Amino acid sequence: MARLRITRIWQCLLGALLPLTAHADYAWNFPKPVTPMALDTLQVHNKFMIIVMVIFVVVLGIMIYSIVMHRKSRDYQPAGFTGPSTRAQLFWTLVPFAILLYIDFILMGIPAFHSVVAMEDTRTDADMVIKVTGSQWRWQYEYMDGPAKGISFVSNMTTPQEQINNQAAKNPEYLLEVDNPLVLPTDKKVRVLLTSSDVIHNWWIPAFGAARDAIPGFLRETWVKIEEPGTFRGQCKELCGKGHGFMPAVVIAKNEEDFNAWATSKKAELQAAAAGADKEWTKEDLIANGKGIYEKNCAVCHQVGGQGLPPAFPALTGSKIATGPILDKDNKMVKDGHLDRVMNGKGVMPAWKGILNDTEIASVITYERNALGNSLGDMLQPAQVKAMR
Amino acid sequence: MSYSTTVDHEEHHDHPSGMLRWLTTTNHKDIGTMYLTFSLIMFMVGGAMIMAVRAELFQPGLQLMHPEFYNQLIGVHALVMIFAALMPAATGFANWMLPLQIGAPDMALPRLNNWGFWLLPPAAILLTLPFTLALFGIGDGAIATGWTFYAPLSVQGGIGVDFAIFAVHLLGISSVMGSINIIVTIFNMRAPGMTLMKLPLFAWGWLITAFLLIATIPVLAGAVTMLLTDRHFGTHFFDAAGGGDPILFQHLFWFFGHPEVYILLLPVWGFIPQILSTFARKPIYGYKAQVYSLCAIGVLSVVVWAHHFFTAGMPVPALLYFMYSTMAISLPLAVLFYCWIATIWRGSMTFETPMLFAIGWIILFGIGGLTGLVLADVAADAQYHHTYFVVAHFHYTLFAGGIMGIMAGVYYWLPKMTGHMYNEKLGKLHFWLTAISFNLTFIPQFFLGLAGMPRRIPDYALQFSEFNMISSIAAFTLGLTQLLFVYNIVSCARGGKKATDKVWEGSNGLEWTLPSPPPYHTFNEQPVIR
Repeated sequence: MARLRITRIWQCLLGALLPLTAHADYAWNFPKPVTPMALDTLQVHNKFMIIVMVIFVVVLGIMIYSIVMHRKSRDYQPAGFTGPSTRAQLFWTLVPFAILLYIDFILMGIPAFHSVVAMEDTRTDADMVIKVTGSQWRWQYEYMDGPAKGISFVSNMTTPQEQINNQAAKNPEYLLEVDNPLVLPTDKKVRVLLTSSDVIHNWWIPAFGAARDAIPGFLRETWVKIEEPGTFRGQCKELCGKGHGFMPAVVIAKNEEDFNAWATSKKAELQAAAAGADKEWTKEDLIANGKGIYEKNCAVCHQVGGQGLPPAFPALTGSKIATGPILDKDNKMVKDGHLDRVMNGKGVMPAWKGILNDTEIASVITYERNALGNSLGDMLQPAQVKAMR
Repeated sequence: MSYSTTVDHEEHHDHPSGMLRWLTTTNHKDIGTMYLTFSLIMFMVGGAMIMAVRAELFQPGLQLMHPEFYNQLIGVHALVMIFAALMPAATGFANWMLPLQIGAPDMALPRLNNWGFWLLPPAAILLTLPFTLALFGIGDGAIATGWTFYAPLSVQGGIGVDFAIFAVHLLGISSVMGSINIIVTIFNMRAPGMTLMKLPLFAWGWLITAFLLIATIPVLAGAVTMLLTDRHFGTHFFDAAGGGDPILFQHLFWFFGHPEVYILLLPVWGFIPQILSTFARKPIYGYKAQVYSLCAIGVLSVVVWAHHFFTAGMPVPALLYFMYSTMAISLPLAVLFYCWIATIWRGSMTFETPMLFAIGWIILFGIGGLTGLVLADVAADAQYHHTYFVVAHFHYTLFAGGIMGIMAGVYYWLPKMTGHMYNEKLGKLHFWLTAISFNLTFIPQFFLGLAGMPRRIPDYALQFSEFNMISSIAAFTLGLTQLLFVYNIVSCARGGKKATDKVWEGSNGLEWTLPSPPPYHTFNEQPVIR
């Protein structure tokens, strides 16, 4: 009777869990590896897991046997030994030690050595170099050579705030979606240089197995060789402040032909955008254009309303910099003025001149001076920004 | 035996009573009780913080708090649990039990002992005050950098970082005071005939811990002081723009931080064999092997610090050195496991609450240790590092291996301390609920980490939803279960079945030759060990 009831409870429990498993996306191991490093890591991990499972089960088995057999309620008489006394006993106490020594330094130690050497070898046969710069809270990508040489852009998370605040249904790629993913060719060894403009970040895409800190003032490197086309998603994994959970890294891998085509079209696109610098803009257009750029690039720190997050991120509303002069009477850039700060950065403020084009810089500055509680009425033409470079 | 008749006589002694007794006391048992009470309170405070975090993580999306507040909670949770719950609990046991176990009348430096304790409450206040200040618009809340304070994030942080720096200074001074006291007590106050090789293992565990603390706490104090000067006095220790190095901070921090893990665990490794031996009715197996292993672990723990930041970038030889030296710790640790299991092997076991906790502790701490072995592999570590895999791993070592061990100790010695038996049924219920909900909390986190969920994120991608939900529900159960623990301790302190002097049938050691509770002045007549 009791057994029947237990079975029924079991069935109820299973029944309650089943709908969960039906659509749940349970993952029990690393994501499918797409680089040699990730494959190596997965193999090391699997092997290690089997070893520790075996050790665990054997030890647990011995303990359970002892707990069941050597209990007072079975009237088991306690032995009195305090250490190995015969040679055979001594031998058997040393065997587990030897096994562990073998596992640590031979069975796992030798493959681990080779994995480490391969992991750190970023230069041998490297086909191209990209630079990844972390900043609060976005990634900046730069192609240092190859067909995409010279392309650089910023990659921001695109998940809308309404979804994060549970006011809208969440996308399937919730928190793992960006406006400008990094595009890389497949089957090429890509050397990845990492640095940061403010605090320590960590560029991590689980399917690549590569995770390396981006450290301000230093260059760190790793490498990837993606073996199949696709979209791969990851996140920053070093605590970097309030936006730490909202700093996805997305890589699209294309075969060489598609990659070259992408590079050509991206270059044309960037050139067209830069060409906007030569035309005369109206203030309204600059402000309208600047709003989008501000919200994408500046609002994470200075906030959408411009109130900032002191002490690290000052307010723009009524700020001395954002309401002070941009150009002096000789039409030179005011040192530490609004344009100087945006172009060259200071402290944790990144230098935007390498990231945004002239039109974007002019627009965002005009926006900051005529919105966010400021109303100076002045404006900055892209051509003026271009002249200051 | 002379001490049994002195209990009534003790009452006439001229020492303050009421509040003043507790404020001015230099008695090792009073101070031990204060440490343990403080630890229990802070355990509940730290637990409440992480309950809030688990509530936030129950579903994807931001429900309850801002990311900034979330970061503050996880950072202060860790600092509170490590410095204000686990360490004071171990120190509390040391104060209570070391003199009893080694036949000393009190700790060697009682006034220092009093100071050591009374530095803790101000430190705890410094850690938690910024939350309150922020409510009144002062500052921007507590430290939000995680417990590791990594520069440059901590250089950029608000006033909470300064509070945490001063709290760490106070906690560090307190720990060093406690350590000096323990070392002096063990070296000078042992009963005649108690050679170092007859020292109870708990005393050995604490002796090594004390040396580790004295070796490493000043490094942490130095690191956070450098951080303070970077923040306010224009130095550039950790700022590359001024010639400094952010990774220097990590080296300094983990030179303290890694031994700290063993500082938290070594005292527990000391008394677990005593509990196993008591309830297996069999002497401790491999006493000498355990002593040597504890020493080896103490030494190894200070030479492996950089395995905490393999992904920060290091030369290949450094990576290999830190990998192999970290793996080497598994050897003495395996000796300890072997001895613990050999201690219960062919014993005559009964399963009172302390024994349940001790056996559960071996199994769960084993999981923590084995997953730690995996983490030592540099290549695989790139994947595990800063994910929930690591969170699960160190909760298996620090909650299962630390706090559940402390719980075993509490149930083991509570009758001795209070003179009353605790409620055995409640104790067993507490164990089973704790063990089950603990596993249900952290096993899903292993899988979350493997699937790619970074730690310290307030919101997560949809693929992590189910495991987070399971983990949160189990964590609430785990948290609520601890109310049973508090209830059991409080009701035991207030009365109940009288405990005998020996309390446990199989117990041996000097503390069990004293009445329960022991007299105010422990040994009026020094015992002699043969």
